[in-house]
Amino acid sequence: MFRNQYDTDVTTWSPAGRLFQVEYAMEAVKQGSAAIGLRSKTHIVLGCVNKANSELSSHQKKIFKVDDHIGVAIAGLTADGRVLSRYMRNESINYSFTYESPLPVGRLVVQLADKAQVCTQRSWKRPYGVGLLVAGLDESGAHLYYNCPSGNYFEYQAFAIGSRSQAAKTYLERRFENFADSSRDYLVKDALMAIRETLQGETLKSSICTVAVVGVGEPFHVLDQETVQQMIDAFEIVGEQEGPAAEPDASAVLEAAAEQGAAAADQGGSTDEGVAPMDI
Amino acid sequence: MTKQQANWSPYDNNGGSCVAIAGADYCVIAADTRMSTGYNILTREYSKICKLADKCVMASSGFQADVKALQKQLAARHLIYQHQHNKQMSCPAMAQLLSNTLYYKRFFPYYSFNVLGGLDNEGKGCVFTYDAVGSYEKVGYSSQGYGSTLIMPFLDNQLKSPSPLLLPVQDAVTPLVEAEAVDLVKTVFASASERDIYTGDKLEIVVVNAAGIRREYMELRKD
Repeated sequence: MFRNQYDTDVTTWSPAGRLFQVEYAMEAVKQGSAAIGLRSKTHIVLGCVNKANSELSSHQKKIFKVDDHIGVAIAGLTADGRVLSRYMRNESINYSFTYESPLPVGRLVVQLADKAQVCTQRSWKRPYGVGLLVAGLDESGAHLYYNCPSGNYFEYQAFAIGSRSQAAKTYLERRFENFADSSRDYLVKDALMAIRETLQGETLKSSICTVAVVGVGEPFHVLDQETVQQMIDAFEIVGEQEGPAAEPDASAVLEAAAEQGAAAADQGGSTDEGVAPMDI
Repeated sequence: MTKQQANWSPYDNNGGSCVAIAGADYCVIAADTRMSTGYNILTREYSKICKLADKCVMASSGFQADVKALQKQLAARHLIYQHQHNKQMSCPAMAQLLSNTLYYKRFFPYYSFNVLGGLDNEGKGCVFTYDAVGSYEKVGYSSQGYGSTLIMPFLDNQLKSPSPLLLPVQDAVTPLVEAEAVDLVKTVFASASERDIYTGDKLEIVVVNAAGIRREYMELRKD
């Protein structure tokens, strides 16, 4: 995308009928570190890559609990994401207070989308520079939505946003038909595999990713590092055994956990997952 | 020309009594389950006790519609606190919040007489007692409601509260063991039910200690 005379203001249309400021806002989402989401009939898993500015700093929080039944992962301007999460929490609390029942996810995403749309039609505002993966459970089942800075929202079986998300999307596209009936643990494993795809060869460790789950009988919560590392160890080996093209860094992990090889062998569902990380 | 008086009141009193006693490592909060209006009973099984946070429980007598609204307000505020601070509110923090919430409606009060009980940050029992507009005090034990006139003097006698005017400042937290405190509460309500028409039916006892929150019930006089 190149600069042109129609992109100064969000209230200026281009002759081709585009709002460039809105599209630039969507670019900001692509610059953020990856966030992925996938769902089955009963559970939704959100994952994200923890990217820190420098070795000295901590990473930014990208997954937020909105309510017991709703959580959100963001990519892009995390400040905007934080503010929108606060809005979502507020809406959820107010709805529960008035109706004594949990806010249906579909309602929340529409409110979010309308809020984003306002910023695309005011000369004194700018669009939110953040994409949100909203995961929620309500009476109609498990849902995963993607909210765009443009004010659009879409429902997904699985999706990835942020930098190098194409790699994750490709993985998810290959596997998504299995997700609906997947068990919770396999769903988390798929999420971790998708996150790994975005890492481009870097070893997947629990310190560089965050995973959160929400499901039937399971309120939204972020999995702690230990649990995540255990799950990584469990499937990483399978990837090493089945996939000759798996990243070389994983071999160190394999040596450390060689005894688990036999137990991991019967996780046959992931036999075709041992593929090389894709370039974007 | 005499002053015009309202012929309708926004308030009603649903009766009942509540008590809370703080111990070294526990807190007992209890209330009867009778809900009445005037000389009639609305229900014999209404809980006046509400868990506000992990280690913080509130019992309120008075106008239960206002009590319910107050409980909902505090629950919502607690959720916001948890989102912002990533932890549960401590009992003293909730105590201040309750006071502020009550005073916020100073000129159209919550008709709610509350006792807040729980564990403080060190795991010691604490009880806070309130009036309808938020004036509160940390005490070792307290009672509110119709039965409190009968209950409070008995608790004063049994728990030998030191005067708050004495120096050095003495803690009113009772040295009694949890089982003894629960027993005392049962005795106190059984006695109050004898003479107070608004107290009776069933007693709900909630005990907060390091292990968590436990609930018990005891039958009371139904007349």
